[in-house]
Amino acid sequence: MKILVGIKRVVDFSVRVQVKKDGSGVNTDGVKLGINPFDEIALEEALRIRERGTQAEVVAVSIGPAEVQPQLRTALAMGADRAILVETGEVLQPLMVARVFHELVKRENADLVILGKQAIDDDSNQTGQMLAALWDRPQATFASKVELKDKTLMVTREVDAGLETIEIDLPAVITTDLRLNTPRFVKMPDIMKARSKPLQVLKLEELGVTAAPKLEVTSYAPPPQRVGGKKVEDVTALVATLRQRGIL
Amino acid sequence: MRTRPQISQNIASIARVRVGARGAENPVKSLNSLDLYDVRGLLTEDEQMVQDSVARFVDGKVLPIIGECFEQARFPKELIPEIASLGLLGSSIQGYGCAGLNGVAYGLICQELERGDSGLRSLVSVQSSLVMYPIFTYGSEEQKQRWLPAMARGDAIGCFGLTEPHGGSDPSNMKTVAKKKGSDWVLNGAKMWITNGSIADVAVVWANTDDGVHGFLVEQGMQGFDTPEVHHKMSLRASVTSALYFDNVHVPEANVLPKVKGLKGPLSCLTQARYGISWGVIGAAQACLKDVLGYTQTRELFNRPLNHNQAVQLRLAEMARQITLAQLLSLRLGRLKDQGEMQPAQVSLAKWNNVRMAINIARDARDLLGGAGITTEFCPIRHALNLESVITYEGTETVHQLVIGKEITGVDAF
Ligand SMILES: Cc1cc2nc3c(=O)[nH]c(=O)nc-3n(C[C@H](O)[C@H](O)[C@H](O)COP(=O)(O)OP(=O)(O)OC[C@H]3O[C@@H](n4cnc5c(N)ncnc54)[C@H](O)[C@@H]3O)c2cc1C
Repeated sequence: MKILVGIKRVVDFSVRVQVKKDGSGVNTDGVKLGINPFDEIALEEALRIRERGTQAEVVAVSIGPAEVQPQLRTALAMGADRAILVETGEVLQPLMVARVFHELVKRENADLVILGKQAIDDDSNQTGQMLAALWDRPQATFASKVELKDKTLMVTREVDAGLETIEIDLPAVITTDLRLNTPRFVKMPDIMKARSKPLQVLKLEELGVTAAPKLEVTSYAPPPQRVGGKKVEDVTALVATLRQRGIL
Repeated sequence: MRTRPQISQNIASIARVRVGARGAENPVKSLNSLDLYDVRGLLTEDEQMVQDSVARFVDGKVLPIIGECFEQARFPKELIPEIASLGLLGSSIQGYGCAGLNGVAYGLICQELERGDSGLRSLVSVQSSLVMYPIFTYGSEEQKQRWLPAMARGDAIGCFGLTEPHGGSDPSNMKTVAKKKGSDWVLNGAKMWITNGSIADVAVVWANTDDGVHGFLVEQGMQGFDTPEVHHKMSLRASVTSALYFDNVHVPEANVLPKVKGLKGPLSCLTQARYGISWGVIGAAQACLKDVLGYTQTRELFNRPLNHNQAVQLRLAEMARQITLAQLLSLRLGRLKDQGEMQPAQVSLAKWNNVRMAINIARDARDLLGGAGITTEFCPIRHALNLESVITYEGTETVHQLVIGKEITGVDAF
């Protein structure tokens, strides 16, 4: 079986993101970049499927400029068998990314695609769903548990009402939620081994996908500054204030 | 006369270059406060990956528990399996289940671990540089097979016994002796201030013989070998420190390191460990600066945040300057090491400079935190106390200054 995993480079989760003064985007100068945390969870799940004894090839895929190669190398060091970089300088939007994955799924004859439920930069939460639609295959989004039985998957999903378990047939698309697993640390010897694993570079055009962005971002703005809380004298004052604000 | 046009031409082209450089796009970037010169940008992809992986481990597994460990004087031995599985033990060794990383990567491992705590970095320094290194470099094939893979897995812990109770700075006055008796050696004497001593499965012990200093692999449980722990420490509290006592301990010939004789054996190990320390303490200093940058930004006194005062900024800027210098020093040293060019005196300079830099920063950061700086909630006091050990062990500051003095004057003033 072949599993494709999406690896998107984003501003590292530990960095406090700052919007550029002119509102044209987010400052990435000198800012630490890393793998989207949900994508690490996706890769970890693919590796676990393989380690539980399923014959599987795990392919890490990233779309972006040549500079995302370190993130793919990290994926290889974590345990992916090989990596594909679809090189483009274009802005990544969910439909374009879904199209790229659809092309790769056809080329690679993939049985399973595991993606993050969203990337922590644009928080779109659309790519997995769009890919499933393009591919016309089942989707299991927000997965918090995945069990593979032959050609079917039992996936527990985190939904508003609680947990929902669904059974879907392969080939399929899974998107990961935070509680699915805890990704492993990269081990020193595996960093050395990752060097010799294949990393294939394809141009976006080679896949016959055009960027053609459908969405236009007009401006970026930081969320409003939080104003400090107010201390009230006693319970009576508290209740009165809550009433006044229409909370009670 | 012929030179004139040429000169003016040169000046013109210099001027052009200058204009070009000025005119070229050189947008102002915000810098990383903990790495102002982007030293990370000088690292290879692999080295960056090493740093990121260890950093993650430290953030996720060390920082949440280390304050409490220090307070309770508890060595977090539950971290050993994970440290081992990450490949941090003996990471520079080729083969024997080790990662075979370069010297810079080893430095980065030390830096990230010591950002957590000097005690944890000490564990890795001792295991890697002071025990696995001499076994790998001076040991028999049988000794290597027996110890290195087990030590890389964390199944066996090692310690290094050089310092004696009567004076560590003068190892040539070694009183621990080994005498040949039949096919065995018999050890008598004492070692003091030995990291990991009480938890070690094997001790690399340096002892005097009729034929000069030799290294012995003394195993836990050997008759007459005792390893009581040192208590009441105010420093390196999350690390085990012990005395080693030898009362007619019989050590078989197979446990003698065959390939080295004389003090150059232990000193070569110290060079490796000191190299790692020069990197490690950068992490401690960065952790202190990070804490104090955050604190002085939010703490308001006299109706303004603390960091709006020039007097405070001068101190923060000084910390950033010192860290930057130390980073560049260690990276250069690491590149020399990886080219096989590193000299012990260069290591002495880096150990001296960087530990002094870190302890000054930790103390000043502690001060800037005011009363909040005296609990383990903020890291500077823990680092400041730890660094009292770090500035003493592996050669005191004075010893390293005397090494440099000897190097530049040719006079041995010890
Ligand atoms: C926490 C901890 C862990 C340690 N771990 C280990 C270990 O694992 N293995 C090991 O072998 N050792 C270890 N040590 C020992 C350490 O290396 C020694 O403490 C150190 O070398 C200093 O020796 P000393 O304590 O005997 O001090 P001394 O050598 O007695 O020095 C006392 C003072 O005299 C100064 N001094 C010495 N000579 C001169 C001189 N010629 N001129 C001017 N001043 C001088 C020193 O700089 C120092 O300030 C550890 C120490 C500590 C604190």
